[in-house]
Amino acid sequence: MLEKVREMMAEQWNIDVEEITPTTNLQDDLGIDSLDLFEFVMAIEEEFGIEVPTEKASEMHTLQEVVNYLEEATK
Amino acid sequence: MLTGKVALVTGAGKGIGKEIALTLAGYGAKVIVNYAHSEGAAKEVVETIHANGKEAFLYGCDVADFQAVEQMIKDIVKEHGRIDILVNNAGITKDNLAMTMKEEEFDAVIATNLKGTFNCMRHASRQMLRQKGGHIISISSIVGLCGNAGQINYSASKAGIVAMTKSLAKELGSKGVTVNAVAPGFIETDMTNVLKEEVKEQMMSQIPLKRFGCTKDIAETVAFLASDKASYITGQTISVDGGMHQ
Repeated sequence: MLEKVREMMAEQWNIDVEEITPTTNLQDDLGIDSLDLFEFVMAIEEEFGIEVPTEKASEMHTLQEVVNYLEEATK
Repeated sequence: MLTGKVALVTGAGKGIGKEIALTLAGYGAKVIVNYAHSEGAAKEVVETIHANGKEAFLYGCDVADFQAVEQMIKDIVKEHGRIDILVNNAGITKDNLAMTMKEEEFDAVIATNLKGTFNCMRHASRQMLRQKGGHIISISSIVGLCGNAGQINYSASKAGIVAMTKSLAKELGSKGVTVNAVAPGFIETDMTNVLKEEVKEQMMSQIPLKRFGCTKDIAETVAFLASDKASYITGQTISVDGGMHQ
């Protein structure tokens, strides 16, 4: 799961996979803005066939947090 | 010009909204004709579009209701797969001088015109972001730019639409979504037919083109902004008023 999401992020934002560690802060460290992040949430909604509530989406700051949410949501 | 596009027009049963629905359908868009109270009139619009060999669908929903709008957008996407064009046209007036205006009169106009526009922008932009494209066009008014005695609520709601348009254009610009507004001047509709003759004459004296506008003038401008021909225009409010406000 973690590797898959990591690769999706790298592809969506056109950055190296190595730059994204589980605890890298997507906005502060990678310069991803809130709209980019929201767009990514939509990509994972499609990929995993789930719906992410807006308030949950704004709580995701790192790769690990995204993965934690996904593991919970796709159980 | 709009073949295959899915368009939602709010308040499309009568007046300017009706003409917009007919015009977009005429250019090939699949039009969702929204109404809140004018069900009979909205049905006629759908039937007219069908009679012209084009596609249209009826959807009743009060735009002032946040959750109902969310459901409407979901239903449209479920049914038609996407939403390319959103036209925020639904609007009401409750005119009164500021000092005699009731709180309910102020609130009702803001709820439908301003918050209703926000509600549609809010829910449709999510889908447009997903599609990486779309056009949002909202109907403002010349009174939102100039003010008007007796319309403190209406003019505030229409000025608010101008500001929301600019803000949303900045938010969504990088994602291929354009957001614009059209500010009609004096357009002959049910809403303006009730005005007294002397008021109309006084209006006419301020219009350089020396005629009142018709709903088609607005609808063609909306169709242009909804098309790829206008792809480099965003955040703008286009006045269609015969030169009244410059």
